[in-house]
Amino acid sequence: MRDWLTSCVFEMTPPGLDLPAMGRCRTIRLGKEIIVSLQRRTLLKAIASGAGIAGAQALFPAWAQTGSRGIAPTLATLAGPDIALTVGHSPFSIGDRTGHAVTVNGTLPAPLLRLREGQRARISVTNTLDEDTSIHWHGILLPFQMDGVPGISFPGIRPSETFVYDFPVRQAGTYWYHSHSGLQEAMGHFGPLIIDPAGADPVAYDREHVIVLSDWSFVHPHEILRRLKASPGYFNQQRTTVAGLLSGEDRMSAEERRMWAQMRMDPRDISDVTGSTYTYLVNGHGPDDNWTGLFEPGERVRLRIINASAMTNFNVRIPGLAMTVVQADGENVRPVETDEFQIAIAETYDVIVSPREDRAYTIVSEAVDRSGMGLATIAPRLGMNAEIPPLRQVPNLTMRDMGMDMGGMDMGGMSMEGMDHGSMDHGAMNMRDRSLAPPTMAVGVGVQTISPMPENRLAERPLGLENEPHRVLVYTDLVALNPNTDTRPPSRTLEIHLTGNMERFMWGFDGRRFSEIVEPIRFERDERVRVTLVNDTMMQHPIHLHGHFFELVNGHAGNQPLKHTVNVAPGGRLSFDLTADAPGDWAFHCHMLMHMHSGMFNVVTIRPLDGVAS
Amino acid sequence: MKMIAAFVTPLVLAAAMPAAAQDHAAHEVQTPTPDPHAGHEATPPPQPAQINPGNGQANAADLYFDPALMARAREQLMTENGGMRTSAIIVERLEVGFDDDGETYDWHAQGWYGGDVNRFWWKSEGEGAFENEIEHAELQLLYSRAVTPYFDLQAGVRQSYLEGEDRTDLVLGVQGLAPYWFEVGAAAFVSAEGDVTARAEAEYDLRLTQKLILQPAAELNFAAQDIPDLDIGAGLTDATFGVRLRYEFSRRFAPYVGVEWTSAIGETRDIREALGADTQSTRAVIGLRALF
Repeated sequence: MRDWLTSCVFEMTPPGLDLPAMGRCRTIRLGKEIIVSLQRRTLLKAIASGAGIAGAQALFPAWAQTGSRGIAPTLATLAGPDIALTVGHSPFSIGDRTGHAVTVNGTLPAPLLRLREGQRARISVTNTLDEDTSIHWHGILLPFQMDGVPGISFPGIRPSETFVYDFPVRQAGTYWYHSHSGLQEAMGHFGPLIIDPAGADPVAYDREHVIVLSDWSFVHPHEILRRLKASPGYFNQQRTTVAGLLSGEDRMSAEERRMWAQMRMDPRDISDVTGSTYTYLVNGHGPDDNWTGLFEPGERVRLRIINASAMTNFNVRIPGLAMTVVQADGENVRPVETDEFQIAIAETYDVIVSPREDRAYTIVSEAVDRSGMGLATIAPRLGMNAEIPPLRQVPNLTMRDMGMDMGGMDMGGMSMEGMDHGSMDHGAMNMRDRSLAPPTMAVGVGVQTISPMPENRLAERPLGLENEPHRVLVYTDLVALNPNTDTRPPSRTLEIHLTGNMERFMWGFDGRRFSEIVEPIRFERDERVRVTLVNDTMMQHPIHLHGHFFELVNGHAGNQPLKHTVNVAPGGRLSFDLTADAPGDWAFHCHMLMHMHSGMFNVVTIRPLDGVAS
Repeated sequence: MKMIAAFVTPLVLAAAMPAAAQDHAAHEVQTPTPDPHAGHEATPPPQPAQINPGNGQANAADLYFDPALMARAREQLMTENGGMRTSAIIVERLEVGFDDDGETYDWHAQGWYGGDVNRFWWKSEGEGAFENEIEHAELQLLYSRAVTPYFDLQAGVRQSYLEGEDRTDLVLGVQGLAPYWFEVGAAAFVSAEGDVTARAEAEYDLRLTQKLILQPAAELNFAAQDIPDLDIGAGLTDATFGVRLRYEFSRRFAPYVGVEWTSAIGETRDIREALGADTQSTRAVIGLRALF
């Protein structure tokens, strides 16, 4: 559905329509006409409902409206030292269906906040919901009491109350913000946050677009979680079948399937929540909306890509255009050119593209389980679109994803020679060997498996992209542009296991859910610690530490990339070096919201505090 | 008023307290962070350490906000990250059967409410012929506890109506997922009269396609002693094998057709044969599987 109405003259907000300033329909001057582009169906529906054009586009902030010419520091966004945000309920529509969203200033995504490094941010947040809310500034270095996590940083914002966040802006880059209350984030409570550098930006570009990726379901997130608890494969419509075995489409032999079944593991357990209930959005627009960002051929266009999903990691590519990654998680990296990258939940990547032709390009954000994709277009003019590639085949998990590295063999399939199937059957390959767990780990019902041989997989292509014919970004490609400032070697190491039981949909750290009254993770202020994350599960876990950047130990000593979120591969392990320089209490959790909500969460405690005797 | 006051207090605190932090932060922005541990270059290489650097304030935010409000928020945070209680109702079978003697009905359903480890669990099943009085109905009320990654231990009571009589049993059972994805369950029942019986069940979902699923299922019943009231002899008393082909329009709604074979076995069969009762039946079934 990509029919467009491009010459609709529109100049004023219909009377009686009281729109917040940011939500007002943005007009685009093109030639001498003021035109607003709308998808025909949306327009007709809007007119029919009496809301008019403004009503339809008002659901999106200016930068997220289709036909965006791009954002720039001079364009209308929420900026300045004082910003007012209001959290409330809004209807949200995709196609003919309308659901209930939790929004900021009435839009999904929330307004773009544009700050400048060195300024002070004073952001008042008013809660018009009938439940508590909050805003967490994801990736922002600030005093812990401004971090926005109810129960850790502050008490939360109660209904009809206003909280003023007040913090100095000490960094630059692409970030985002979202609710940390309940599952409001999964209902639309998220938006982009861009901080311009105080000095010259080392990244040169002529135009920029913000690309906020998200997943939307008309089913309430609590109901989604309840269904997962009742039936962990509830949303998976890509499981192995007899038909797939007979036709060969499953790409898995009967013997491999027997082994997976014996272990009670699902080789297609890529994503818990899938396209069977999600519509994948770009800037709040569904795949049929053809959100379009404009460029002029020859320009260097900066795309600030944010994965604000609740439960979806995406593969991002722009067929026909190479992307130069210049920033990851808000921190500049040495430019690296690629054709595709995987962006885990809560990560951000800034890429530069240089389209030279007078044609449209499709930005494909494909769910990692290939159950759907988000689509957007960049084009010289509105109304253009490029070919949409078909969904690729769902990946099969391998033994490596179970933390069983078989001596470096290619484990694309399990039926490899040299692997003693018989001994596996008899339990020689213990999938839950307690001796491999730290002594403090609780190996109970919440621990389905313990990776027998977890591998550092940072140099490997991410899940499902192993065999793509083009270039794919890997974590070892990321090299910090600026040298790391803390050159001390770590004074100690800390190992944390990411644990879970897929059958019970239980998730935790070191075998415990946060609700089990766990010990916080303690750091001494300014100590430097090498933290190793071991993934004992077969799923990806984007792990996020609040209030800090950590340095991913990826072989680039001295220029280790700084991240606030890192995706730990199934059955894999990785390390990061942390300088615990932000005193206070901070959240540390998996950013798969349902994993977090099921217990994969803890508090990081850094002492001594300012002005408090230790 | 109270609410406003409760809120204003932390705000005032928040406005007052961060001053020190602000100065500190501003300082950090203006000058490159000096490395306070510059003299620690000779720190030994990473070693697993058991140091516990915990010190000072237990909950940092209590310094800035009303500790009572923080305690409330912490409580909620705990509940929301792993302490959620959920429920489910699974109607495994709700079906009509057709055999030589006419039409029968049958239901099997179970559900639970609770957390990940401890749950209240109920199970109900029953059957009968449309033209007769209900033959058998039972309801089990159980406490279910997750004891291994795949299995729950369940204990409680069963109230049943069988052969025209009410019976009450204590129940002790296990339920879970066996290797190869077999859903299995086994339970022992001790009746008010002291009779001991047992039941074992297994089923398997064979996915022909994503929507079309063939489910073989088996049930075996045992008795530890003769129970003359129920025409049951000691040993294996009866067996049921069924196979059902369902179409999952959604996980919540899956109609099916199938066939089920039931037979009395061993002494029980002898007893019933002597009484001239049917000892075996084969039914065609049509029904619905549902998940709520």
